[in-house]
Amino acid sequence: MLLVTCPVCHASGDETDFHFGGQAHVARPATSNPEGISDEQQREYLFTRINPKGLHFERVRCDRGCGKWFHAARDTMTMEFKAFYGITELPPDHVIKQAKGAWAEYFTMRMKKQK
Amino acid sequence: MTGKPYRLTEGGSRIDRNSRMTFSFDGRDVQGFAGDTVASAVLASGQKIFGRSFKYHRPRGVVGLGSEEMNALIGVGADARHEPNLRATQVEIFGGMVAESQNRWPSLTYDMGAINSKLSRFIPGGFYYKTFKWPQAFWKHVYEPIIRRAAGLGRAATGCDPDTYEHMHLHCDVLVAGGGLAGILAAEAAAKAGARVVLIDENPVLGGIADLTAGMINGECAADWLKPTADALQMMPNMRVLSRTTVVGHYHHNYLMAHERVGDHDPALLAAGAPRQRKWKIRAKRVIMATGAIERPIAFANNDRPNIMLASAARGLISRYGVSPGTQGIVFTNNDDAYLTAFALQKAGVNVQIVDSRARPDGDLVKRAQEEGIPVSLSSVISAVAGTQAVRAVKIAAYRKGQGRVITERKVDCDFIAMSGGWNPALHLWAHNGGKIRFDDSLQSFRPDTHPDAITAVGAANGTMSVAETISEAQAAGEVAAKSVLKKAKAAKPAKIEVKEPKRGALEPLWFAPATGHYNEGNKHFIDFQNDVTVADLELAQREGYESVEHTKRYTTLGMATDQGKTSNLNGLGVLAEATGKTIPEIGVTTFRPPYTPYSFGAIAGALTNDLFLPVRRTAVFQWHTDQGATWEPVGQWRRAYTYTGVGEEKHQSITREILSVRNKVGLLDASTLGKIEIKGPDAAEFLDRIYTNTFSTLKVGRCRYGLMMNELGFLSDDGVTVRLGEDHFLMHTTSGGADRIAAWLEEWLQTEWTQYKVFVTPVTEQWSQFALAGPQAREVLEKLEPDFEITNEAFPHMSFKIGKLGGFPVRVYRISFSGELSYEIAAPAGYGLSLWQAIMEAGAEFGIGPYGTEALHVLRAEKGYIVIGDETDGTTTPDDVGMAGMVSKKKTDFLGKRSLEQSELKRDGRKQLVGLLTEEPNDILPDGAHAVADLKDKPPMKMIGHVTSSYMSPSLGRSIAMALIENGRARMGETIAFPLAGGKVMKAKIIGTVFYDKDGGRINA
Repeated sequence: MLLVTCPVCHASGDETDFHFGGQAHVARPATSNPEGISDEQQREYLFTRINPKGLHFERVRCDRGCGKWFHAARDTMTMEFKAFYGITELPPDHVIKQAKGAWAEYFTMRMKKQK
Repeated sequence: MTGKPYRLTEGGSRIDRNSRMTFSFDGRDVQGFAGDTVASAVLASGQKIFGRSFKYHRPRGVVGLGSEEMNALIGVGADARHEPNLRATQVEIFGGMVAESQNRWPSLTYDMGAINSKLSRFIPGGFYYKTFKWPQAFWKHVYEPIIRRAAGLGRAATGCDPDTYEHMHLHCDVLVAGGGLAGILAAEAAAKAGARVVLIDENPVLGGIADLTAGMINGECAADWLKPTADALQMMPNMRVLSRTTVVGHYHHNYLMAHERVGDHDPALLAAGAPRQRKWKIRAKRVIMATGAIERPIAFANNDRPNIMLASAARGLISRYGVSPGTQGIVFTNNDDAYLTAFALQKAGVNVQIVDSRARPDGDLVKRAQEEGIPVSLSSVISAVAGTQAVRAVKIAAYRKGQGRVITERKVDCDFIAMSGGWNPALHLWAHNGGKIRFDDSLQSFRPDTHPDAITAVGAANGTMSVAETISEAQAAGEVAAKSVLKKAKAAKPAKIEVKEPKRGALEPLWFAPATGHYNEGNKHFIDFQNDVTVADLELAQREGYESVEHTKRYTTLGMATDQGKTSNLNGLGVLAEATGKTIPEIGVTTFRPPYTPYSFGAIAGALTNDLFLPVRRTAVFQWHTDQGATWEPVGQWRRAYTYTGVGEEKHQSITREILSVRNKVGLLDASTLGKIEIKGPDAAEFLDRIYTNTFSTLKVGRCRYGLMMNELGFLSDDGVTVRLGEDHFLMHTTSGGADRIAAWLEEWLQTEWTQYKVFVTPVTEQWSQFALAGPQAREVLEKLEPDFEITNEAFPHMSFKIGKLGGFPVRVYRISFSGELSYEIAAPAGYGLSLWQAIMEAGAEFGIGPYGTEALHVLRAEKGYIVIGDETDGTTTPDDVGMAGMVSKKKTDFLGKRSLEQSELKRDGRKQLVGLLTEEPNDILPDGAHAVADLKDKPPMKMIGHVTSSYMSPSLGRSIAMALIENGRARMGETIAFPLAGGKVMKAKIIGTVFYDKDGGRINA
């Protein structure tokens, strides 16, 4: 029974008070470019997910609290939460630094875009 | 000790000899003292057999002292209070208690199932997988009933449990699991530093097995020294002590589940209103695991005979209950600890000798045995046991380490055996949630290693067997735990503690003791007593290629009984290691699963039974429906009126009456459960355009529009009518079951994707009562209700709405229809619900109005070919599949699911399409879900081309109708297809369009 803390209303509770929403930071191609989406892009968006051993980033809703969606950084091996952060935000820098593999690539790409 | 009975004249720290009580065991009255367990009292009465074993029905007695007991499982309580599979060593007696043995017929001493034992060579390990396979029908009718009767443990209670159970929630700084020496000292240290501490122990008395331990603390024996500390804990304000409570599981982030037996031991407590049991859900910042260790049996021939027990159990029986297992004992060991049992027996006047498999043990206790004149046979094992229902004698054979055969042996008379193969740290809790363990050569067992959670193991649970080390380890752990959670911990000066304990000699592993005669021919070396798994079974599995220990476990059922392998797992690994020439760490361990000990369904359910199991949602008119004889249909948590049967009416008659009333006169439906969501804000229209397949920004204020919703995969997920209350204000209707899901769905997209939209989503389902007034005379009824707005067809056309008053009722009236008739859905704040309903019924009386239920509604909509999400769709159905491609906007650039409709799979030919069906025989009603086939054959396989989604007898048409999803259905109009049904019947039906009634919609617009 994971112990989750909502970064919006700051309530801590059992995972059953929250709603799990799958992998975080999945961009919906149609929102930015509805016309030019290839089958491959759509397939990636709908079905391809990262399944890391170690640090992972997921979406969670404060179901029985404030009702807000937020992000959680969780180690899939130890179940430790490294951070809870807003739904429109990126993880704290020190957590991004711990990301490996596909997640590390993703955050590098995001950082480049921001610059 | 002079002969029987077995109760010693003195001793017994747990019992009160002044308080006698009588209880019944298998219908026989047994005397005991307050503080006795069923095990101690029945053993004191001279009875050795407590049950029959699971597979071979061998007579079995008590082996353990507490929760590790695997043999003496009993059922306690009569009828509805009966609880099976309880460990006799844990069940405290009370006057009038009713207990029974299990898995025996007709009696314990003469058991028919024992024939299994003679047939054992035909039921080896894995026999479930080798036999009982063919013919298929035999499993259900022959094998399973026989196995169910012959095998298995206790029986379930009969009747409804009369007792109450509670769930409790607890948060603490430090949770200490186990109230022995280590647990008490750790809890004390943590509490003294200022932490909020919970100490949980499964026994009625704190202290663990301090009373069975050698060693003096500050000049006192361990238990005496510990008692004042244990008593003082109860008085500390920041300490909660839960006795008779087992921590059954440890889960992520230090969440623990504990099971408290509050009133099981005392009917007076139950009578006074105490719950029988509690389930505790605990979140601890730190956990200290002080769960002690469990003694291992030794695998020797027929080591399961009644009165062969663990050395600690024999020692405990004497010191706690003043009960001796017999008069002539053998202590069989590979370690020093069991020598303590020999001393205890000797002191109690019982003749005892020691059989030690080691050649040169050199510990202090071995020397003491020689000094006290106890006969010790070194380099020896027990090679045979005589006696079936009780031990009569043993053979003692010379043994060298690793020897597999008996060379010389001698017979010795005895009436009980106390065995010890060493001690395993009880690391179940450690391993429940991913703690790593490592093998310790000196213990020949696993001990805790690393753990992802904030948990520490202390004392024997940590593999620390010395008293002095346990004390310092426990106190340090308590202090560290407190400091880690407190901003400022109080400094404590630990008192000086002086410990004197014997120096222990090394243990030598003994995983298999060679036997007299042919091995496994009636010479069973049991590893898992509860599941009747022997050394031979494990070796057979090995020979048959089950190399992984996880496979061996499942094939032989080793460690899979209710005791979860407490006494058997490590011995099994030892046998496998020897059979494969590997080391135990190379063999690996199987998973430890919660619960540590089984606990009752009552405790799991708690108060959440009957009406509290799933709260029912009721509309404002619920009681009226009830009074009118409604039967109910559950829709999500709602109860909706299914139909209103009148006096002498069958359901199908009332449904027909209700349908015809709507078609010919007027009817009233309670549609309050329909999901209602208000969507408000400057971007509301644009947001709805993203959510629905069709366009809502073009909807005029005052108008209604039917909308389709897809998920991102392009599949239909919900539908309903949305109305535009104002420029930036919409009211969305969803399906009754979909209301919560759709509200969450809208929120999710607003919060996570279109975060720039200024839109609020507010579910208002329960704020409104809503009734569908439908039928050709609906307008006349509405007129009688005195609307303050015009209701002519021109002023109030189909798919528009009015806000105003009906007499005194503030209402919104939507002219929308799910029945195909002229229909007004009248909504009022829920507080007006019942009186509005009654007012409508009254106004409609002269027109013959009648209430109609959900079944009539479903038939009415099917006659019109209206789809129901979940009936006509199944989560892989697109708008085009149900013939609604026209409702998917071609103009909008983006909405949910749009891009997926372009995927090749959703565009391909040959998808199943919604069609109407008319059976050849008008009175044949196709079963829901019946499959259509391409070519009818005598027997399967036949290619299936679709299935029935809705099917009814239509009173309006006077014949049956159905809808179905059929491959290429729309291209097959007029074709007749076949539906082969169970039992050989075939129904044939013609494919037509989906609208069966009033195809041009004249009635709706009337």
